[in-house]
Amino acid sequence: MKLHEHQAKEIFAKYGIPVPEGKVAFSLKEAKEVAEELGEFPLVVKAQIHCGGRGKAGGVKIVKDMDELEKAVESLLGKVLKTFQCPDGKPVNRVLIEKATNIDKEYYLAITLDRSKSKPVIMASAAGGMEIEEIVKENPEAIIIETIDPELGLMPYQARELAFKLNLPVKEFASIALKLYQIYSDLDASLVEINPLVLTKEGNLIALDAKLDIDDNALFRHKDLEEMEDETQLPQLEVEAKKYGLNYIKLNGNIGCMVNGAGLAMATMDIIKLAGGEPANFLDVGGGANVEQIANAFRILMADPDVKAVFINIFGGILRVDRLAQGLIEASKMVELRVPIVARLEGTNVEEGKRMLQESGLNFIIAEDMWDGAKKAVEIANKQS
Amino acid sequence: MAILVNKDTKVVVQGITGKEGSFHAKQCKEYGTQVVAGVTPGKGGMEVEGIPVFNTVKEAVKETGANCSLIFVPAPFAADAIVEALDAGIELVVCITEGIPVKDMMMVKDYMLKNYPNAKLVGPNCPGVITPGEAKVGIMPGHIFKRGKIGIVSRSGTLTYEAAYQLTKYGLGQSTAVGIGGDPVHGLTHRDVIEMFNKDPETEAILMIGEIGGTEEEEAAEYIEKEVDKPVFAYIAGITAPPGKRMGHAGAIIMGGKGTAKAKMEALEKAGAYVIENPAKIGETVAKILKVIELEEEERTSDAE
Repeated sequence: MKLHEHQAKEIFAKYGIPVPEGKVAFSLKEAKEVAEELGEFPLVVKAQIHCGGRGKAGGVKIVKDMDELEKAVESLLGKVLKTFQCPDGKPVNRVLIEKATNIDKEYYLAITLDRSKSKPVIMASAAGGMEIEEIVKENPEAIIIETIDPELGLMPYQARELAFKLNLPVKEFASIALKLYQIYSDLDASLVEINPLVLTKEGNLIALDAKLDIDDNALFRHKDLEEMEDETQLPQLEVEAKKYGLNYIKLNGNIGCMVNGAGLAMATMDIIKLAGGEPANFLDVGGGANVEQIANAFRILMADPDVKAVFINIFGGILRVDRLAQGLIEASKMVELRVPIVARLEGTNVEEGKRMLQESGLNFIIAEDMWDGAKKAVEIANKQS
Repeated sequence: MAILVNKDTKVVVQGITGKEGSFHAKQCKEYGTQVVAGVTPGKGGMEVEGIPVFNTVKEAVKETGANCSLIFVPAPFAADAIVEALDAGIELVVCITEGIPVKDMMMVKDYMLKNYPNAKLVGPNCPGVITPGEAKVGIMPGHIFKRGKIGIVSRSGTLTYEAAYQLTKYGLGQSTAVGIGGDPVHGLTHRDVIEMFNKDPETEAILMIGEIGGTEEEEAAEYIEKEVDKPVFAYIAGITAPPGKRMGHAGAIIMGGKGTAKAKMEALEKAGAYVIENPAKIGETVAKILKVIELEEEERTSDAE
């Protein structure tokens, strides 16, 4: 789960990491109140979206007076901001208003998991302000990485070492790094990032931006954070699917997929592409695949106007195929199926299951195997579009 | 031979009184696995499907000689369950539970490496391990597997079933199939399992099923290139997956340009593995190539004569 910059900064401040003085505003009225409270100009107005590249897309504006502030806020609030990272854009429903900072130099600082070591790593670089991906690509030596022992946590000497290498005020930097690790550990973060960490002209360190992603699996012990989630930043069908225990991700093609298991769901997308088509989504209905789940999955697939055909690929396993077929038939009575459905089912009692689908009088096309199913779905989708 | 589990493996099921735990304990037992005990704190003295239930793993080990644990404990308590099994002297822990926080797994893995370097953890978020005809320690449908010479290692559940089903259909049996799980921090890796298969005399070929995210497949490729002479087949799921999106499994995500299917396929190809592009043709491809290899070997031996 992602948090907004202003939420992350509130947490940073609570832990004692210096951040610019400022406050979030959900309306123009609130924005003006915040500006008055801060009592000085210039101020910075930052659109709050779950996407990088805001600066280049005009989502961050420096304003010199109330008039400019008003214009800036109006140009952002209620609009959809498109950035190179999110070409479809994200809705802006809040802005962060902050005092401007006198930037001397920009640095990068982050803590995340190193999967190959199964340990956290702290990463720092003097090439701040850029996306870490760009730094990695252009100048990988510019990133200093320290592995953290999960039992001991980040040791002060490691933080000092980074400060010496980056030629930064040792005490201040070490304090920020240690507090950042505390946040990472306390809040079950999957990523905590300051980009840029700024050395001001006055010689102080301050977190100009803040990114905090929380491990979804750990949300059960962070109810307060879970409540902070801004669902408007997620594709609406994905939010709805989540409510029904379905794992759905929208893609750009026209063949809807319904599969049990994440690996097989990915393989199904791949095989559609291999057969010359484009998958409209990733959809994992889970191991159980009961009537209610299938009906909801149908509803979500049919809600996507791009979908011209549906490919159901279910490997029964312990689940019996005749029961699954029963579920498909019942579910399809609950939802209007506006496109043909190609079904590939495998597992125990498969013959009985196939017969039930064929005799149901519904628009099911039975596939022999995965490849046959993919080809049939692609053929139908191509004819319809 | 095979690897990890066999007919002598004695299994204790942690979380046996839960819905999943009791169902699968029964399924494993019916398959022929020696399920000797169950554990649910506070339910000691009960019986589930004729299996005695204990309050602690230590007690279960002492009373029944269990040497392998199969875990169905809910995610918030799963780390505790894994450590309990390790502290009770269990050598092989198979954790099915999905949704364990990364931090918990990080602490467990660290503890395990420091205190029990020889113990093995499979999973979490995995289907388990099966040695066809001998023991099933997991949730996979036993009937699609057949005993034979191919070792399977996979990050995904249903995709493992798909692959095993296809192999079986082509008459190719399996020595052992290991589901290592889809989480970013987990126990045995692709490389670890491939190393075991490489040393197992019964395994003559290896099928590896990977997916996007992380660099485990690349690390396995390095090992394959250096150490493995047995034929290795590989399928990598997620060639169409967009970056930055988590594809179901917590570990299946392309981040910072790392973990793409293409990079993994290239690394494996370079290492000499046969990379299979079409997931519907896993069985067919393995069968064809093994046939060719067999013929080549026959020719070589007849030439030598």
